[in-house]
Amino acid sequence: MENNLIASSAKKARKLTEAEIAEIEHEKELYPDNQAVGLEALKIVQKHQGWVSDESLLAIANYLDLPIADLEGVATFFNLVYRQPVGKKVILFCNSVSCWIMGCDSVRSHITDTLGVDFGQTTEDNEFTFIPVPCLGDCDRAPVMMVGEDLHRNLTNEKVDEIVAQYRGKD
Amino acid sequence: MAKVVIDGKEYEVNPDNNLLQECLSQGLDLPYFCWHPCMGSVGACRQCAVKQYRDEDDKEGMLVMACMTPASDGTRISIEDEQAKDMRERVIESLMISHPHDCPVCEEGGECHLQDMTLMSGHNYRRYDKQKRTHHNQYLGPFINHEMNRCIACYRCVRFYDDYAGGTDLAAQASHHHVYFGRHEDGVLESEFSGNLVEVCPTGVFTDKAFSENYTRKWDLQTAPSVCAGCSVGCNTTPGERYGTLRRITNRYNSEVNGYFICDRGRFGFDYVNSDSRLRRAVAQVNDEAAEMSDEQVADLLAELKSEGAIGIGSPRSSNEANYALRSLVGEENFYSGMADDERAVSRLILELSRDKAFHSPSIREIEKADAVLVIGEDVTNTAARVALALRQSVRNKASQLATDNNIPVWQDAAVRELAQHERSPLSILSAYATRLDDVASEVIVESYENQAAIANAVAARLSSNAPATAPLSPELQAHVDVISEHLAGARRPLIVSGSSNGQIELVKAAANVARALQDKNEVAIGLCLVQREANSFGLEMLLRAENGLGAALDKLSKGEVKKAIVLENDLYRRASHAAVDAALDNAESLVVLDLLPTRTTAKATHVVPTTAFSEHEATYVNYEGRAQLSYQVHQCKFGAQPAWQWLHSSDVNAIVQECSEEAKGFDKLSTLLPGIDQFVAGMKVPRQTHRYSGRTAEIANLNVHEPKQPQDNNSVLSFSMEGIPALKDASVLGASWSPSWNSNQSISKFQDEINGELKQGDTGRLLVERTESGAYLMPETDTVQVAEGQLLLARSLQIFGSDELSAHATAIQQRATGPYLSLSPEDASRLGISQGDAVSLNGNGAIATACIRSRMKTGTASLYVDDSIDYYALPAAIGPSKSEQQGSDRSLDGLIISDRYEEGY
Repeated sequence: MENNLIASSAKKARKLTEAEIAEIEHEKELYPDNQAVGLEALKIVQKHQGWVSDESLLAIANYLDLPIADLEGVATFFNLVYRQPVGKKVILFCNSVSCWIMGCDSVRSHITDTLGVDFGQTTEDNEFTFIPVPCLGDCDRAPVMMVGEDLHRNLTNEKVDEIVAQYRGKD
Repeated sequence: MAKVVIDGKEYEVNPDNNLLQECLSQGLDLPYFCWHPCMGSVGACRQCAVKQYRDEDDKEGMLVMACMTPASDGTRISIEDEQAKDMRERVIESLMISHPHDCPVCEEGGECHLQDMTLMSGHNYRRYDKQKRTHHNQYLGPFINHEMNRCIACYRCVRFYDDYAGGTDLAAQASHHHVYFGRHEDGVLESEFSGNLVEVCPTGVFTDKAFSENYTRKWDLQTAPSVCAGCSVGCNTTPGERYGTLRRITNRYNSEVNGYFICDRGRFGFDYVNSDSRLRRAVAQVNDEAAEMSDEQVADLLAELKSEGAIGIGSPRSSNEANYALRSLVGEENFYSGMADDERAVSRLILELSRDKAFHSPSIREIEKADAVLVIGEDVTNTAARVALALRQSVRNKASQLATDNNIPVWQDAAVRELAQHERSPLSILSAYATRLDDVASEVIVESYENQAAIANAVAARLSSNAPATAPLSPELQAHVDVISEHLAGARRPLIVSGSSNGQIELVKAAANVARALQDKNEVAIGLCLVQREANSFGLEMLLRAENGLGAALDKLSKGEVKKAIVLENDLYRRASHAAVDAALDNAESLVVLDLLPTRTTAKATHVVPTTAFSEHEATYVNYEGRAQLSYQVHQCKFGAQPAWQWLHSSDVNAIVQECSEEAKGFDKLSTLLPGIDQFVAGMKVPRQTHRYSGRTAEIANLNVHEPKQPQDNNSVLSFSMEGIPALKDASVLGASWSPSWNSNQSISKFQDEINGELKQGDTGRLLVERTESGAYLMPETDTVQVAEGQLLLARSLQIFGSDELSAHATAIQQRATGPYLSLSPEDASRLGISQGDAVSLNGNGAIATACIRSRMKTGTASLYVDDSIDYYALPAAIGPSKSEQQGSDRSLDGLIISDRYEEGY
């Protein structure tokens, strides 16, 4: 591989899977250069691996011939690119103005009480990771949160219990 | 010229610049962070806010960022406007929210741009009393300390390191108040210009690690204008001394040479000056017993050697004065080059070419302006790093052109980069291995020296029918020739770069031919940049007779034609095969060696005479352009060492410079470098110490409570004192720049006639050689090396950290140096049964190097980096390496910064 960059690293890249490579190759066709593909590649790897490990980051940097430091800059800029392992489902909980007015604080405490995790933490059974998010764009139905890909509105403590039960144990 | 009104006063300004730059050019104080004179504007920090008015009647105005606003004709602004002042104060308050007020323990304190700007903006009371964000600090290698908590997120570090210097391992990370500038993980910063971060960072995030370990505030350092002795570029530096030890080196602005930046060899490669192993006393070795010699005994000895017709061997790392002093002692006919013969032949050719009207020897600033470059066989990153940094800027001329075509001011840095994307001016590189400039090169052609020369000569032939005809090349090489010729022919300011470091004269001949072919076509002098390996290679050559090579001197000694020799600051074992040097030196009855550190040559000497280091004497050096520059003495040597010129000639350096000007051919302008004391205010000397220099009476109080008389400096215009008229009045002897309100190195703008311009009354050096001759094309001489089955054709690699003799002794540099290594292609390695990192025997006579398998090496060739353990000049041009059971160097290759390290399975 023609690689103009020097990425001295104490860690070794892992091998990207064939599925990952296929999807990255597809993205490459859509962008003028590899730098633009970086973010897509991070998302692809996260989709397959659940998060982006140092070894994955190195693998993408090598594959796309991007400086690892730049790619890390992209990965850490976006807080939905996970550079630490997360649970099977990520709860993105809005704590912005509208949700705050509508009482998200008490819902948040309820989640913390029932799941035993605060913001930034993962449940011991590795089912849920609980993360705050500034706004999910659904203020007229605040408070809101996302679990995985699904949006849940008009949250109450009871509704949260139902939602958690609904996702627990599912992949 | 345009007229702008600033606070009611009219100024003539350059409309191509932005308002911030023009305000500073006019000497006005306006705070800024993210802008840098060499890196343009991005408008990130919002610190340079000013009020702009539509016209005379506009009393309201609006706030604009001076760095993002063109200085167009009729612009009316106010710096002093209350709203603007308030904005600047509030901006700095917000930037400072998480800044720890740790100035007393911060290395930047006292020369901190953030301190200066805070004071200038009037923000003097912090209202934020909440918790500050903190960061993890990374290990960044032996040169740089990292203290991220001090960061104000101006982005200057990454704009320098990545955008300007082409580094790839430092980047902005995370977002909002977590923004972080660092590597993806702890590790050595890879760029050979990382030290500039210390000066580029407006506060103390990146600081000089070696200096921190031996720290002194800026105002307590004794400084003087100096010239780096690390390579042939001759960057201007400011070394700082305290308590008799040299503490650090910083950049000293010279508009033509180094500008604002120097390389890490120059910045960190100096502490051999403080080394315990320095030679301290003149010593006579009689019958294996060392006897100290008095100054008189040395003088008598030298006089005796002179009368007995001793020969003198000069040194490319010594000043003109030292070499001239030796020449004048032994006579011109007895004065020999101290360079390896092959390298010296190239050096001679370079001197001849420097007299040729067809060429022009470009300064660093001119290199940056080149719009098509061909590099032939010289790995400038490792031999003249500042040239490599300039070449990196040259490829951006395409971007500037695109910006101009699109009516975007070139100082709009982010916009211009966005516009240009990957568009670059052509840079074609012919090299024996992959280089550090390949990432911005349009063509990288890895070939043997012979093929490099053949390609270059074919380019010349392609460009001009007058050039020597060349044999047909393979279609693949011919394709390269076509592309390179097209680039050069289409350029307005083409530049050819080569040099003497590999000792390959055919490469330099070919470089001259290409330049001459372009001159035939363009009829203007063509930029021909020919770098050499050492600080004064050029100056030494000017003092030499053509026939007086090192080989001739060694021959005379080994044949017994002369019995006595004086060797000036030179380890001859680095210059010729050990057998040849042994034969010569063992045969000498008297061998006087002057040097500052012990070498294998001083070990052979009958008399060793200690000399001073670059910072301990005043001297001139001639750089690759033929530019002579004066380097002042910074501090005194506290033991018995003296400048070589003092041992050999006389104690008055001015007299030697004067005499050299008159006696030595080509040096007539040298004496004009000397400033006369009459050009200073009231005839007073310029102090080397700042007006705040503290503790003078107490400096040696641990030894003696009586304050000694300040040392006198009778010959220089500088004094070892804080009294006198400081350099404020005369920038030609500007050591550390300082101006009221400007304690940091940004104060340099106060000494420039305009931003990025010459220093007021400044001295950029003198180009010594006049171009008066008309030369001719040089006939290529192919001397094909016979490569036997299983052998590899050998090329030479040099390393920025390690190849220079003196800086290789510096502690920080040693931590970055590697042992000898042999680069070879994966195919050859696998054929020879050699794996990455194996110890490799080079020729079966004990020379061992580590195998470095590189994916872009050409099969059938190898490139060797040697340290002092390898008898390089005894090696043949083709070698048969084999895996060795013997243990090689204990230095691993992990720190080696190359882009094509071969990894199996990739």
